[in-house]
Amino acid sequence: MDLVAKNLTYKPTDEFHLNEVSFKFKNGNLYTILGRTLSGKTTLLKTIAGLLTPDSGEIKFDDKDFLKIPVWERNVAMVYQQFINYPHLNVFENVAFPLKQRKIDTKLINERVINALKSVGLTGYENRKIQELSGGQQQRVSLARSLVKNAKILLLDEPLVNLDYKLREQLREEFKNLFSKGLADETILIYSTTDPRETMELNGEVIVLDEGKVLQVGPAKEIFENPNSLKVAEISNDPPMNIINSKISKNMINFEDISIDIPIHFKDIKDDELKVGLRSSDILLNEKGHEFEVELAEISGSETLLHLKKGSTKLIMSIEEVMNFKIKDKVKIDFKIDKAYAFSANGKLISSPFRSKNV
Amino acid sequence: MSKLYTFLKYFFIVFWAVFVVAPFLWALTTSFKDFQSVNGGVTYIPWVDFEPNLEGWKVLIKSPAKGGVDIIEPYFNSLFVTCTASLISIILGTLSAYALSRYTFKAGFVKNNDITFFFISQRIMPPIVLSIPFFLFLSAINLLDSLVGLIVVYIVLLMPIAVWIMVDFFNKVPREIDETALIDGCNPYQAFLKVVLPNSIPGLIVAGMFCIIFGWIDFFFAFILTFTEVQLLPVKIVALNSSVTPWWSLSASALVSVAPLIVVAFIVERYLSKGNLSGAIK
Repeated sequence: MDLVAKNLTYKPTDEFHLNEVSFKFKNGNLYTILGRTLSGKTTLLKTIAGLLTPDSGEIKFDDKDFLKIPVWERNVAMVYQQFINYPHLNVFENVAFPLKQRKIDTKLINERVINALKSVGLTGYENRKIQELSGGQQQRVSLARSLVKNAKILLLDEPLVNLDYKLREQLREEFKNLFSKGLADETILIYSTTDPRETMELNGEVIVLDEGKVLQVGPAKEIFENPNSLKVAEISNDPPMNIINSKISKNMINFEDISIDIPIHFKDIKDDELKVGLRSSDILLNEKGHEFEVELAEISGSETLLHLKKGSTKLIMSIEEVMNFKIKDKVKIDFKIDKAYAFSANGKLISSPFRSKNV
Repeated sequence: MSKLYTFLKYFFIVFWAVFVVAPFLWALTTSFKDFQSVNGGVTYIPWVDFEPNLEGWKVLIKSPAKGGVDIIEPYFNSLFVTCTASLISIILGTLSAYALSRYTFKAGFVKNNDITFFFISQRIMPPIVLSIPFFLFLSAINLLDSLVGLIVVYIVLLMPIAVWIMVDFFNKVPREIDETALIDGCNPYQAFLKVVLPNSIPGLIVAGMFCIIFGWIDFFFAFILTFTEVQLLPVKIVALNSSVTPWWSLSASALVSVAPLIVVAFIVERYLSKGNLSGAIK
């Protein structure tokens, strides 16, 4: 029961929403679609659901042509980023709606709805109106509605993005438990998100999407360790990976007035010009380090993000504690250069700390 | 400051109440007067200022043979025409509005918005412009001076109101709700009937109210398109006016003709105050 797509293209305006997207999803697996906003994630999910018809390409499920089957017969489930429920029905009726549509026996419906509500932690809320629920609870209702169907394909379109921080963490944890509890045995679970952390936590197969094009496919760990291009490195890190335009000479990396010894995994590189990628967490405060000017300091949670500048080089570093900086302060920093990535001038990964040979 | 505010608040409320209620009061007292009391100077309080009698009301239900005007038949004609035309307008208007809100139409340079505007533009022209084609049209299909003919014309007049209100309303219902219904196993018709329509009841009520009001108060087309066979209430009321204006029966008939609208207003007000109308969709 594989879901296979070949060269899906959708271009309603001048811009591609989907550009030759191909994939093969196997049942029992979790797939994460990672991409920035407007990268085509929602379009892809809607195409799989049948709400959009691609301009060209094909989708097959279980060897049947999916494009010939209308939405209402596809047996997919979808959760939107907005909390979409039926406002005229109460919680129980909302969850029961897809089952009633299939004309299933009432007793069985009650049983399954109660189970679904239990699994999302909404037992006791059966008779509430949707408007009386908080955002998180509304999203749980729509999750329950999508679980109750036992659909073969479950689509989750940025389901946590509109929730506040705490609720997001909590619900994400619950999602992971739900997905690992054998639910996914015969289900293809497709989860779209803009958040790299979420991608890593869900730890499924990742499809990196940008401007409707698939940039890289692989397990979450692989995407994190070896992003195959600058774009992927940017998309799969939050804050985005720092890119330093630098020149290589005499085993030194040179940029601005800074020269750093080349790390071991850069030794084989023959290019003169490199784009060196460095995660924000791999830049450290160091009294003996290089001087940069603070452009902006933001505190997020228990972290401090520093936007630094020197000449035309701009960096973002993250510090694991709350610190106060003023704009135009001078800070001294050092680089964990053994954690650096090397990208060629055209953005291809040449060397990563996890794999030193040419990719 | 706050005392002044309270004073002004109540002053304007009372002022407005008098403004609204006074005409009704005037009509009510006048309807119980006779020729003498109407023309004999300003009088307001029954039994003190004047001796009330039921002549003004009796005339309304007496047959013309006995010197009455018999507004019962026109009354039911008006009710029938207004309700039927409103109902059909709401049904057709809602369906059109849903299509205009959810699907993309394109015929040359004509697109969804142009079609919506076409509907509304029917109401932009002065009625007199429409009256000639309506007259010719109805006489061509032999429906002049008939209830059916009036219903047809009223549908043309009322449906744009329904389309206008409902397009706006459907545009505010998130498309994702329809999509979710499709994903949950509804075909497009079921999605409309089971999910979109139940969430559009507030819009339907507002549209229905406007249709009923505009249908009920129309005098112009009823006057032009009917002669002897069929008469609607507004035409009949105007016909009361003879050489000596019978203020008492005019007042009575005015009150009777406003009554259904007051009932409609109370029903809608009840429904509005329940809070079911707003906040149905986030």
